[in-house]
Amino acid sequence: MAVQRLRFTFPTDLIKEPVIYLIGQQFEVITNIRMADVDDRTGWVVLELEGDADEIARSVAWAESRGVRVDPITGDVIEG
Amino acid sequence: MTYAQNLRCRECSRDYPLAALHVCEFCFGPLEVVYDDDGIKAAVSREAIAPRPANLWRYREFLPCDADTAINIGAGFTPLIHAKNLGKALGLPNLYIKNDTANPTWSFKDRVVAIASSRARELGYEKLACASTGNLANSVSAHAAAAGMEAVVVIPNDLEAGKVLGSSIYSPTLVKVAGNYDAVNRLCAELAGTRNWAFVNVNVRPYYAEGSKTLGYEVAEQLGWRAPDHCVVPIASGSLFVKIRKGLNEFAKAGLIDEPHTRMSGAQATGCSPVATAWAEGSMNFRPQRPDTIAKSLAIGNPADGYYSLVQLKDTNGACASVSDEEIVAGMKLLAETEGIFAETAGGVTIASVKQLAAAGRIDPDELVVAFITGAGFKTAEAVADSLGPALEIDATVESFEAAYEDSEGVPA
Repeated sequence: MAVQRLRFTFPTDLIKEPVIYLIGQQFEVITNIRMADVDDRTGWVVLELEGDADEIARSVAWAESRGVRVDPITGDVIEG
Repeated sequence: MTYAQNLRCRECSRDYPLAALHVCEFCFGPLEVVYDDDGIKAAVSREAIAPRPANLWRYREFLPCDADTAINIGAGFTPLIHAKNLGKALGLPNLYIKNDTANPTWSFKDRVVAIASSRARELGYEKLACASTGNLANSVSAHAAAAGMEAVVVIPNDLEAGKVLGSSIYSPTLVKVAGNYDAVNRLCAELAGTRNWAFVNVNVRPYYAEGSKTLGYEVAEQLGWRAPDHCVVPIASGSLFVKIRKGLNEFAKAGLIDEPHTRMSGAQATGCSPVATAWAEGSMNFRPQRPDTIAKSLAIGNPADGYYSLVQLKDTNGACASVSDEEIVAGMKLLAETEGIFAETAGGVTIASVKQLAAAGRIDPDELVVAFITGAGFKTAEAVADSLGPALEIDATVESFEAAYEDSEGVPA
């Protein structure tokens, strides 16, 4: 089992979509939300995904294909 | 000795030991070093600090590692100059420049890496690592060399030769990665999670970030033990922006300066302006961006301290500017021509932002303003090379010189 800690950022047109619920439904992945802030224009959710590494990768790719931006919780690791 | 007591989550205030940890296990909030404030207050005084060597370890009581065994290549205590010529040009008679180009590897990153590398060695790490497009890689490589530690520096494979040289001269293990920014970023986050290395801005980030506080201490001391009225600071991850104020607040808590009422304003390039954009929209939620700017040292599209930067802008009645690539180049030239300081593109962002904020009335002409210049111009020479005038080409005769010189008089190069 693998665990990934990620930050999902939602564009305005996805604010009303139950993306995280659908990840849990469509993939063998446990979603565990730790922090979130959503308003009417944008929103972010910090969460843990637990499951088989390939299944997590598939679920992340699916979220990205829906328009969610997925980043490590550390923010950008590359610095100037 | 150090007065650091533990790490604490900025979100939920849970405490953790002073280990290589950077996020809270409960809420994933960032961890920060907490100190014995009373112990510091009892130990420090202006008189004790003033005669110490001119580097950042003069503020040893406020730092999270033992200054006596620290890795010291001379970072910090860079010049603070009263920028009278630039101030006159911008209508700000009390404008000061904090010139951090004068650090050992020519950028403010020496401050954060000095602390991160010292703490990493205390924690038993033998390897320092980072992912960088320039300044951070240079500083990690230099500090590792001085400490006899190994350095692993991960860079994108399309980096300019000059920036690669600034690291490779110190003989780190240099890893060039093919792929776009996001791919490189994700790889490095994964490496940081799986290797037993001290990734200076990841697993030892709480200590790393403390290095930026020293800019606040120095400015206060160099101004004669007082806080500025207004700071203008470039925002990349946002850590520098937040920590300068933390430094001023800690000095006040220790009784070294009066309670600061410093306004904190930010500077970003329009091509990578998640904080400035959120600020302009009145939102406390920034949207990550894909960077596209010549100010590569500020090109962090998903800033770790972006939210805290927005909070600080609001709390201190600051403002956040964003400036175009053309304005950045003009800012670099203006600083060089008025004050004799050749800054990298991030410095151009800061100067252009000071100009923009002053013109918009967001900086009061009576305020004592400090603009932070964080890196030297030779690191990004290509940004201005094409906009500079040519030299006079002459034959080796006085006549040839006089003819060419007279033709050029009144025409700035």
